[in-house]
Amino acid sequence: MDWSPLYISIKTAAVSIIITFFLGIYLARWASRLKSGKIRLVVDGVLTLPLVLPPTVVGFFLLFTFGVKRPVGQFLVETMGVKIVFTWWATVIAAVVISLPLMYRSARGAFDQVDQNLLYAGRTLGMSERRIFWRVLMPAALPGVAAGGILAFARGLGEFGATAMLAGNIAGKTMTLPLAVYSKVAAGDMDGAYQYVGVILLLSFGTILLMNYFTLREGRTGKRRRAK
Amino acid sequence: MSLQVNLQKSLRDFTLNVAFEADRDVMGILGASGCGKSMTLKCIAGIETPDTGRIVLNGRVLFDSKEKINLSPQKRRVGYLFQNYALFPNMTVRQNIGAGLFLPREDKQSRLSELLRLFQLEGLGDRYPRELSGGQQQRVALARSLAAEPEMLMLDEPFSALDEYLKENLQNEFIRLLESYEGDILLVTHSRDEIYCLCREAVVLQEGQVAIHAPVKELFRAPGNLAAARLSGCKNLSAIKKLGDRTLRALEWGVVLETEEEIPEGIGYVGIRAHDLVPAGAGTGKNWIPCHNPRLQEALFEQVMLFTAREGQREALWWKGSKEYWQDEMKEQVPEGFYLPPECLMLLRES
Repeated sequence: MDWSPLYISIKTAAVSIIITFFLGIYLARWASRLKSGKIRLVVDGVLTLPLVLPPTVVGFFLLFTFGVKRPVGQFLVETMGVKIVFTWWATVIAAVVISLPLMYRSARGAFDQVDQNLLYAGRTLGMSERRIFWRVLMPAALPGVAAGGILAFARGLGEFGATAMLAGNIAGKTMTLPLAVYSKVAAGDMDGAYQYVGVILLLSFGTILLMNYFTLREGRTGKRRRAK
Repeated sequence: MSLQVNLQKSLRDFTLNVAFEADRDVMGILGASGCGKSMTLKCIAGIETPDTGRIVLNGRVLFDSKEKINLSPQKRRVGYLFQNYALFPNMTVRQNIGAGLFLPREDKQSRLSELLRLFQLEGLGDRYPRELSGGQQQRVALARSLAAEPEMLMLDEPFSALDEYLKENLQNEFIRLLESYEGDILLVTHSRDEIYCLCREAVVLQEGQVAIHAPVKELFRAPGNLAAARLSGCKNLSAIKKLGDRTLRALEWGVVLETEEEIPEGIGYVGIRAHDLVPAGAGTGKNWIPCHNPRLQEALFEQVMLFTAREGQREALWWKGSKEYWQDEMKEQVPEGFYLPPECLMLLRES
């Protein structure tokens, strides 16, 4: 069995979740601070779109953006000599774009539920905005943010459509686990497909366990608070 | 003059338009819920921005719409005790109190220990807010606000989150803790008891407007207008028609009353407190109202009677007296009527 799809999948999921996690939190904080309700509605829509669109369509738009003949792709090649399409970085970009809405929405929900008075109290006490964010807002929103992060990680791990469009299916380079399953089945190698499916099952179940751990922990502290 | 507030802000239901000055004292803001009390505090703290106005604290301009000055809450040095205390749930008592304390490590530790002792929180420093009682939480919140050494302190309904039986003890406690504080204090509440106990001056807000601004004693003796009378707990109110310099007809009660003071222009209502009605027989003569349809209610320490003075009266009149008086003097008998002492009649403007 070729272990490279597992290795590529984990590497892609790991790098993309770091980007998704911080970008999602940043965007959530930014969006929940927008003053105009209309602009917030549009921003929310745009950031949620990749969740609703078929992944192949998202991949299509990404190709449209990063193709070497396209402005952004051309710019990257000419100034930095970086080609995105059909390289490993393409798997990361696809995973980030597809999983970002989950992270963004979870984080925003978690931030919006934090008692605003906590933030106001921090301000009147003279705490800097940065300090309030890390010491007050993030700890209070952490269970929701963490659950969103795990959800986004799982989605990135299972990403297929957009990855196939932007990164192709190059063995040892861009072939992630879902793509490997597809390739094996397409080639009629069901035994090979079983093995990859087994690996994915284990990974996914582990993720769910982790997520439950976080959400159940949140429930426990909630109950304790109510009981007092 | 240490705090001058003048602000306007249009809200969904009404326009907030508040102007007052406070001077080295505990100043009360009294109003029904949703009258703009909390919004006023938030504007002073810098959490909300007024549309127009000017806020000056000890000569420092915190906000001025004309000069485009709008200090951030961090720079205003205005303490704010939130209704729900807003203690940081992820921090211990010590960390909570230290949140607004920016000192070198050692100084900070000794200052924290001092504050814990002062606010009777010794031994609780490592607990989390959810592990504390309501009164302890309140003390932590107060200690946290005062640790940041604000130039003024705003208290938003500080007792509303506490059990009734704790309140009275805690009010005394609170006064003691605040005695050493030198800045201005603004106390927002809907409770007339708290205003009466804790403040020397008060502003009554009604739908975002200052209905009245007066010393508290005066506010309760002669509220001046209808809204203030209601908020100060006066239950018996009637529209009037002025008949002479010292006589009026109470339209709601259908009687002619004589007043002690001359009735000024613009008086539209008369009020009398439930405790000021004197049970009296029909032969009393002037300032007497009959007692129809009596309904008795027994309160904890008082006897309460609701009645009407004429048929078709919409709002019942209230009489309250001590249980001893009801049992010993009145022999638990409903009187024929009540005497309204002229010196107890409050003459009220409509607004």
